[in-house]
Amino acid sequence: MTTPLAEVASSPSTLRAFLHGLPGVDRVGADARAAMLGTRSIKTTAKKQAIDMAIRMVDLTTLEGADTPGKVRAMCAKAVRPDPGDSSVPPVAAVCVYPDLVATAVEALAGSGVKVASVATSFPSGRSSLEVKVAETSLAVAAGAAEIDMVIDRGAFLAGDYLKVYEEIVATKEACGRAGGAQGGRRAGGAQGGQGAHLKVILETGELATYDNVRRASWLAMIAGADFIKTSTGKVSPAATLPVTLVMLEAVRDFLAATGRKVGVKPAGGIRTTKDAIKYLVLVNETAGPDWLDPDWFRLGASSLLNDLLMQRQKMATGRYAGPDYFTLD
Amino acid sequence: MSERTERLSVRKTYKLFIGGAFPRSESGRSYVVTSSKGDFIANAARASRKDARDAVSAARKAFPGWSGATAYNRGQILYRIAEMLEGRRAQFVAEITAVGGVGAKQAGEMVDAAVDRLVWYAGWSDKIGAVLGSANPVAGPYFNLSSPEPTGVVAVVAPQGPLLGLVSVIAPVIVTGNTCVVVACERAPLPAITLAEVLATSDLPGGVVNILTGSAAEIAPWLAGHMDVNGIDLTGADAELAVTCEELAAENLKRVLRPPVDRVDWLADPGIERMTAFLETKTVWHPIGV
Repeated sequence: MTTPLAEVASSPSTLRAFLHGLPGVDRVGADARAAMLGTRSIKTTAKKQAIDMAIRMVDLTTLEGADTPGKVRAMCAKAVRPDPGDSSVPPVAAVCVYPDLVATAVEALAGSGVKVASVATSFPSGRSSLEVKVAETSLAVAAGAAEIDMVIDRGAFLAGDYLKVYEEIVATKEACGRAGGAQGGRRAGGAQGGQGAHLKVILETGELATYDNVRRASWLAMIAGADFIKTSTGKVSPAATLPVTLVMLEAVRDFLAATGRKVGVKPAGGIRTTKDAIKYLVLVNETAGPDWLDPDWFRLGASSLLNDLLMQRQKMATGRYAGPDYFTLD
Repeated sequence: MSERTERLSVRKTYKLFIGGAFPRSESGRSYVVTSSKGDFIANAARASRKDARDAVSAARKAFPGWSGATAYNRGQILYRIAEMLEGRRAQFVAEITAVGGVGAKQAGEMVDAAVDRLVWYAGWSDKIGAVLGSANPVAGPYFNLSSPEPTGVVAVVAPQGPLLGLVSVIAPVIVTGNTCVVVACERAPLPAITLAEVLATSDLPGGVVNILTGSAAEIAPWLAGHMDVNGIDLTGADAELAVTCEELAAENLKRVLRPPVDRVDWLADPGIERMTAFLETKTVWHPIGV
């Protein structure tokens, strides 16, 4: 690195030079390593711990056009107490909703410790002007969102206009802090005081074509101030995959070594089974390290995963396979 | 000149039948199937509880489509299974005689009876509703209608014997719209897997019938305790296993078909009891006028 990290974004050419100077990703190697780590066998007490950890890391998500306040309230109740019949099940990390439903979720989760995350910046496509994106972010934070999941402008990224992507992330980050600072004292359980909302940057890796681009986008987001980097919107296939998450975990590990700032990772979309979730936990432990095995630094964006985790948990407690009839639908 | 070498025969790998596919057991286990004289016939997959779990998921997934299909369509598919079975008559006869205990003539009669049994049940698909359903006279201004509905996912412990018993327990379960997970006879599992090949080529949607080979004593209790299984047919279970399974089945109030007290003559007219065991009655009250 010839340019200090703080200055790489000073011009389009330095940013481009920096991102293209990142070492390339060995695609076959990344796939093979992720597949190898996916074969680890996690059983009995370790599995019990992993299931509870995964539950605490879930960002329980509903991002449908048909979302109603009632559905969001029901999901919030489930987030706080995932299994009504078993009080030993921990609550999830956060719920993730569209901006207009943030207020509903904040009200339903008041005092519970479960955070409210909101997607913003013209989710899922990100095709809108910067003013609209910033305004949307500000409104979501003002409504009480503690975390903002923004999407990057993939079109600009793929066209090589890295500075535009960078500036959008910076502007959104600023909107998170500004709105949070102004509104912080107003709502308990909302944006965390003067620090503003946490910013998760969605790279939408399914549209980035190569692992090299995933690595570049990860670094770009982290340099611009992301608190979390997130794989996908869940609206594009493929969504989160193990190798892509591996590349992102390597990026946050290297970023910590280079700058001393720790960034979280959130795979989202397509994680439906306990087995999948445990594979991700193994990947985190083996790539970024056990420091990341914490809901503050690793999240799983999912909706149906929670039911499967609960079913596996019940199977381990009762010794009989559980059925979906006995869990709430979401 | 090169010597003429004898051709090596290509042996079939007998695997499980889950969700319309033929996977090996998740456990990687297999067991040796022998004839009644103790001669080696083949290796069959020994299913584990996880295979049973996968089979239940597949059966659950197939249930909405199969139970929602028209009775007419289900009947057609059962008839198609009979057609396919008829076409493989020689193969079944060979497999049944290989296990031993029956001659070729008797084995042929068993295959014929199995084909006839399928045709017989196929005919019932659109008639069982007329026999079991009713328009009920009620003291009020309502149309009151009852109709039989499938129970859901049914676990089946198949009876001893190669084919006829197996067909006689699967057909009544699926003809009414249930889906099933079958634990095949441990001693003679090969015709069960060959039957799976017949099912896979009969337009039967994947997952409607799932066939596991291995030890019933090992697998059946997991199916009996599974909260996503709605009924269990214990026809092939011995007395001890039947008690264990029935106790486990109580947790989610599964419908249980107990093993028969007397030895069953599978060639006899079966009656409709095997169908009614896994049907429940839905009654609708519909107001008349305004």
